[in-house]
Amino acid sequence: MTVIVAKELTTALTALREHADARLIQGGTDLMVEINFNHVKPTTMISLRDIDSLRTIRRDQPGMLSIGSGVPYSIIEEEPVLSDIPALSQAARTVGSPQIRAAGSLGGNLGTCSPAGDTLPVMFALDAMIHLNTLDSSRVVSIHDFMTGVKRSVRQHDEIITSIDFPIVKGWQGYSKVGVRNAMVISVASTCLVADHENATVRIALGSVGPTIIRCREAEAWLKANHDLSAGASISLDIAGEFGKRAAAESSPIDDHRSTAAYRRHAISVLASRLLRKAYQ
Amino acid sequence: MAKSSVVTKPRDILGNSALRPDGAHKVQGSFEFTSDLHAENMLWGATLRSPHPYAKIMSIDTSAALALPGVHCIITADDVPGKSTYGLISSDQPVFASDYVRYMGEPVAAVAADHPETCRRALALIVVVYEVLAPLTNPEDAIAGSFDPIHPDGNVIRHQRIVRGDQNISGPIVVEGEYVIGMQDQAFLGLEAALAIPDPDGLGLHLHVATQWLHEDLTQISACLSLPAEKIRLTLGGVGGAFGAREDISLQVHCCLLALKAGRPIKMQYSREESFFGHVHRHPATIFMRHHADANGKIVKIDARFVFDGGAYTSTSPAVLINGITHTQGPYKCDNATVDGYAVRTNNPPCGAMRGFGVVQACFAHESQMDKIAVAVGKSPVEIRLINAMVTGDPLITGQIMESVAPVARCITETDAIPLPALMGETVNELSLPGGSGLTASRSHIVRGIGWGVSMKNLMYSEGFDDFATARCTLKDGVASLKFATSEVGQGFVTLAPQIARSVLGVDEVILEPIDTQIGSAGSTSASRQTWMSGGAVDGACRLVRERLFHHVGKQHSIDPLRLVIDGTDVIDQVGTFRYSVAEASEGIEISETFEHHHRATEELDANGQGNCHTAFAFVAHRAVVDVDPELGLVKVVQIATAQDVGRVLNPLSAIGQLEGGIAQGLGLAVMEEIIMQNGKVRNPSFTDYLLPTALDAPDVVAVMIEEYEPQAPLGAKGIGEPPCISVTPAIVAAIRNAIGKNIERIPVRPQDICL
Ligand SMILES: Cc1cc2nc3c(=O)[nH]c(=O)nc-3n(C[C@H](O)[C@H](O)[C@H](O)COP(=O)(O)OP(=O)(O)OC[C@H]3O[C@@H](n4cnc5c(N)ncnc54)[C@H](O)[C@@H]3O)c2cc1C
Repeated sequence: MTVIVAKELTTALTALREHADARLIQGGTDLMVEINFNHVKPTTMISLRDIDSLRTIRRDQPGMLSIGSGVPYSIIEEEPVLSDIPALSQAARTVGSPQIRAAGSLGGNLGTCSPAGDTLPVMFALDAMIHLNTLDSSRVVSIHDFMTGVKRSVRQHDEIITSIDFPIVKGWQGYSKVGVRNAMVISVASTCLVADHENATVRIALGSVGPTIIRCREAEAWLKANHDLSAGASISLDIAGEFGKRAAAESSPIDDHRSTAAYRRHAISVLASRLLRKAYQ
Repeated sequence: MAKSSVVTKPRDILGNSALRPDGAHKVQGSFEFTSDLHAENMLWGATLRSPHPYAKIMSIDTSAALALPGVHCIITADDVPGKSTYGLISSDQPVFASDYVRYMGEPVAAVAADHPETCRRALALIVVVYEVLAPLTNPEDAIAGSFDPIHPDGNVIRHQRIVRGDQNISGPIVVEGEYVIGMQDQAFLGLEAALAIPDPDGLGLHLHVATQWLHEDLTQISACLSLPAEKIRLTLGGVGGAFGAREDISLQVHCCLLALKAGRPIKMQYSREESFFGHVHRHPATIFMRHHADANGKIVKIDARFVFDGGAYTSTSPAVLINGITHTQGPYKCDNATVDGYAVRTNNPPCGAMRGFGVVQACFAHESQMDKIAVAVGKSPVEIRLINAMVTGDPLITGQIMESVAPVARCITETDAIPLPALMGETVNELSLPGGSGLTASRSHIVRGIGWGVSMKNLMYSEGFDDFATARCTLKDGVASLKFATSEVGQGFVTLAPQIARSVLGVDEVILEPIDTQIGSAGSTSASRQTWMSGGAVDGACRLVRERLFHHVGKQHSIDPLRLVIDGTDVIDQVGTFRYSVAEASEGIEISETFEHHHRATEELDANGQGNCHTAFAFVAHRAVVDVDPELGLVKVVQIATAQDVGRVLNPLSAIGQLEGGIAQGLGLAVMEEIIMQNGKVRNPSFTDYLLPTALDAPDVVAVMIEEYEPQAPLGAKGIGEPPCISVTPAIVAAIRNAIGKNIERIPVRPQDICL
């Protein structure tokens, strides 16, 4: 196996185009597990770890935080992300253990694109934009178009995810994840809720309860149509409960060895209603 | 008052917190585990396993695999020169399956090659044609006889009844329940590993292996290899935990066979996934219990039926069954009982020893029952347990008289006296709530519950087994060296043995010789027995050496040796002024003595389950405080208070380590640890999906050691390894029930069991 340690993005992009079976490796916390289990057998690995441009957090445009695909979770847990996109920090804190958070990245979470990926519901709730580069082109794809199924995305072989743009939203946001132990656990069901006070909307996205992350558009619309969602509004227990039920109705969970569909659906309704109450406390 | 003072470090004798000799190495990562071993010219071995729980092997074709460059040899059942099966109690498990595979993961062949990756590719090239059969997975089908035998020995491994006292008596209070215990894994961190080095003449070999019992391995290996035991040496490799999972043979025979066939050293080590298939687990069980009690809640009679799923092969199922049913009553007086117990064979993974050995299952049932009696008579969990608490001299349901020190009531009252944790304040760290880092709850969603569990656990081996341990002590120039075959699996015998030698002989420097089969057996590091058994052997050997030293000194200085004693590091005359350091006294001489410690004889049970089958017992109480999120079904164990009957504390640091570790393991069984089976297939053979408690799940432990010297024990100390993990599980479940007001009879408790 050849390992190409790229220092520049173009080196990595060139190598990627030259080797049809090459795999990108950032933190390796997904890929090395796959390799150890023999699920993938790359002959070429392209390490992105030394590419500084992928490890920056920028605020180029107002109201937007752009996070490099290689920024590890341990950095995302802290400022400036903690204040600008608190739900992302919370999601980052739920990932694995300190060792995993020191290595794992948004690029890897997107590269794997599992419905249990903890940062993906945050991206869905915030309408994040994914920057993809090839040697001679670049494009920006909405997260809603990026993820197409269980571990499937529109990323082409020769594309590298360089950064993710997150709008900075005025209002409350939070991420909750249910697992069967109190830390380092794969999500059984998760929810990200963003209350956008300026636009008086609430956005909610669900993880681990369908083949992709699920944005609950109907529940969002019902809430907006029936309730004031501007800053200072209040949400009753009944409204929150109804919202939770509606969000759960949009999920499509399955039974597996980690949990049951019935529990997952129930957990979503609880998480959604709790997050909504918290957002308007 | 600035005064210089001489600080002397306390000597690492019994009673002090001597540090583990391997502690720093383990923390720093420099400890050599068996999987770190290496030999010149070594090849790697790997095992081909059945993907099916039950299938007939039609053919095995190894030709393509053998043709792969780098592959040295492949072995199957045809290559086993000696006995084709092994087993701790009944030799019914094939070294390699030849006609049928009876569980998912059963070994079918093994390969030796130049690299682990070559091994893996070779395994993929072995073609096994199976005729897949419908597996027997329901233990009741095994009992009912409704399934054709899946093994020549039949589908019932053992059936035993206990019939005691008045069979028709009842009381005004009758409570019952059917309790279900899931399959727990020992989940030791140091995976199975061995290095086999063939002798140059090819007629014998040296096996370095991570095991719980070198001599039992030796016996089974020698039979399968058809080599005399003298031709095989076993040395203990660095072991990273055991908890019962290293009592049975796993890779030992395969590794030796490959080494002999290849004529080169063979290293084998399992991955985590393979480990789930490579060792036995804790028996899943279904236990029905009905307690009859008087109006005060005193137990009048217990009816019980136990079904232990032993999986495909016998392993230690017969002994686990006996342990389970003989602990039906728990640490309570009971004069009348009707107990029916089965250990059955199914196409599930073989189950065997795990910390608590059958008593864990029984305890979950009897403690759940005690709480039901308490509710029925309007008493508290503490009151009901105190009313029924057993004392020394009470007869058990087997007719055996409780001869051990039995401070059951004290365990309960001293646990009860431990302050409860502070109530949750207005502001809490959200990470400490149920759901932890998932931030699923606020303080207002949480309810707190308190629950109790008390247990009795037999120590050492039972049912007439001649259980002994051997040790040798050599004293020379003020230095003692100790030789024994006691497996150090993390429990701390390598810390304790030198403490014993220092205490008995007055030496400071103690050398531990290699742990291997060049001395008599030490028995297994299991059944909470090594401190008692190997500790007794080391103590005995050191005492014999001391006696000879006193003779030597007495003769030299014309003092009656009977007047000599050890004081610190000196030999002194009790009635005179003579004082001589042990170092001087032993200068230029070498005294060596070997001692075998046997525990008292036990008996087999008769057809009615009567007989003095156990050696000794230990007791413990646990009180759990849990926070529950009833809506999401998530749990955080806040505090475990415990008072444990330990006899005597020999090393406080080691002792608390056993208690805290056991509590974490019992917590795991209560709320998360389970091997999930579906139609004979393991669904979660990884630490991604087999969940163990993390630091955020571990509770505060407040422990009291109850020190009532046990006269039967050589050092006055009872075994303390198993009790911590037994009653903590029912205590946690009781606390969950207390918090949510719902009956739960299955462990581990899953979120949906709480909230749906
Ligand atoms: C013990 C453990 C616990 C875990 N817990 C969690 C958890 O709680 N929540 C969770 O969501 N995940 C968890 N994971 C999975 C993993 O840590 C995350 O998915 C992480 O985000 C992966 O990032 P990485 O940088 O390590 O990715 P890598 O393993 O380096 O890469 C993953 C995939 O993404 C591709 N890739 C990486 N970077 C790029 C890029 N810039 N452009 C295009 N493709 C790219 C790789 O080719 C590969 O296919 C856990 C993993 C482990 C081992």
